[in-house]
Amino acid sequence: MSFARALRAAPTMLRIGVAETVAYRAEFLVWVLTTTLPLVMLSLWSSVASEGPFKGYSSNDFVAYYLANLICRQLTGTWVGWQISEEIRTGSMAMRLLRPIHPFFAFAFSHIAALPFRSAIALPIAVGLLISSGASSLTTDPAQLGLVLVSIALAWIITFSFLFAIGSLAFFLTKAMALMNLYFGLFSLLSGYLMPLDLLPSWIGRIAAWSPFRFMLSAPVELLVKPMSRGAAAELVGKQALWAVAIVLLAMAVWTRGVKRFEAVGS
Amino acid sequence: MRTLWRVVRIQLRISLSGAMAYRTDFLVEGAMALAWMALTLLPMFVLYSARDTVAGWDAPSALIVIGYFMMVRAILEGVVSPSLVALVEQIRSGAFDYVLLKPVDAQVLVSMSSFEPWKIFDLLGALAVIVYAFWRRGYGPSAGDAVIGFGLLIAGVLAMYAVWICCAAASFWVVRLDNLTYLLGAVFDVARWPVQVFRGAWRFVFTFLVPVAIMTTYPAMALLGRLDARTIVLVAAGALAMLAASRALWQFAIRNYTSASS
Repeated sequence: MSFARALRAAPTMLRIGVAETVAYRAEFLVWVLTTTLPLVMLSLWSSVASEGPFKGYSSNDFVAYYLANLICRQLTGTWVGWQISEEIRTGSMAMRLLRPIHPFFAFAFSHIAALPFRSAIALPIAVGLLISSGASSLTTDPAQLGLVLVSIALAWIITFSFLFAIGSLAFFLTKAMALMNLYFGLFSLLSGYLMPLDLLPSWIGRIAAWSPFRFMLSAPVELLVKPMSRGAAAELVGKQALWAVAIVLLAMAVWTRGVKRFEAVGS
Repeated sequence: MRTLWRVVRIQLRISLSGAMAYRTDFLVEGAMALAWMALTLLPMFVLYSARDTVAGWDAPSALIVIGYFMMVRAILEGVVSPSLVALVEQIRSGAFDYVLLKPVDAQVLVSMSSFEPWKIFDLLGALAVIVYAFWRRGYGPSAGDAVIGFGLLIAGVLAMYAVWICCAAASFWVVRLDNLTYLLGAVFDVARWPVQVFRGAWRFVFTFLVPVAIMTTYPAMALLGRLDARTIVLVAAGALAMLAASRALWQFAIRNYTSASS
């Protein structure tokens, strides 16, 4: 019911999202610059690997890995958690609650609308570089490449819902920002954002393989750069879909619990 | 000058009593500091598990760079970032007018507006890392190196402060820069690696354009006694030059400040 209403409002909300994006140009530039961290790691590891392969990764493998990483991160990264906890803290969430659309969809549409702008600068460069210099390390199986798109979409849903849930924790906690930092620390490590998961010490690698963080970023990257059997690829995306469902449900649960406690500070 | 000092002391006291009001945070922040330390050390651990030296740095020496990194980061997150967040909010809401009205230099008021006292844990952790690194090396720094290493730590902190003042000045023109602290954090994160590990363009960028090398690599080299006198002077001069430039930019920006509320 609420979903159908959200769908009907989608075009308008997307238009609003585009307008917001254009209004705050500087913020976007800052955001784009923030997400280029993989390029720094790329420089680091490729210069390490130039003295000889590092744990099976050649210099070229690192180039392909981090460029794929950059592309997937550009497409899936959101800052919705910061937005929500800030709106709860200042009380401006009250405005959103008055509207007939669930904030989950409202935020989702505004972030989807921003996506083309956010990726406009970095994406063409990264894709160009990836094809020109890292092509030898990419997968060539068309079915696996097709799954990459599905996997990126699922990664977006998982990341968005997870951050939505963490942001909603601001209903219960005064210092949700500290949690956000903790989230980012764990995410950098367990999602493969800092380095490929198979470079991690094996016990952390085992945790990472099962954690939701892997499916926020590493899964589509792995599909892009690692040749795997169709069965393994399908299994990866299947697990990702399960995580997506679980985390959307979690986000909804935290939200519904929390919103009952909302006091709209300051309004 | 006396007034400035008194203002800073009062701000510190307010932040401290603010922090004391949330005593459970004491445990949380302590645990977080430990977790962050582990997260910070891990990539280095991975790197040195397969290599003995990287670009001329062995594991204990690189650990000293990390120690400096954690120290400067503690100062960044304990003093600089909270103040920047407060400033951006003040400019957006127009409350910054009141800061300008006060008979104290606005830059001091803005820089010292808010502290996170619990970050002291991170500072202690960083010291522990440096001590451990020297223990692994088997010998400590000479007294002279220790003095220069400490002096360059201050230079590094000043350099970082200068970059931050530039960001603060930028927020006069482009108002909504709440994520600026994340950009600062992300760029600064590079400082955990010795700058020699990077090649080509990036090393140039991190030495001259965004001088994270001044903040950690060079102070660590000084502490290790690997820095010649000329470089020491250059690093200190570079930090001071950045400080002067940022002060000039700040004053220029403040002349162009158009209030949001009037």
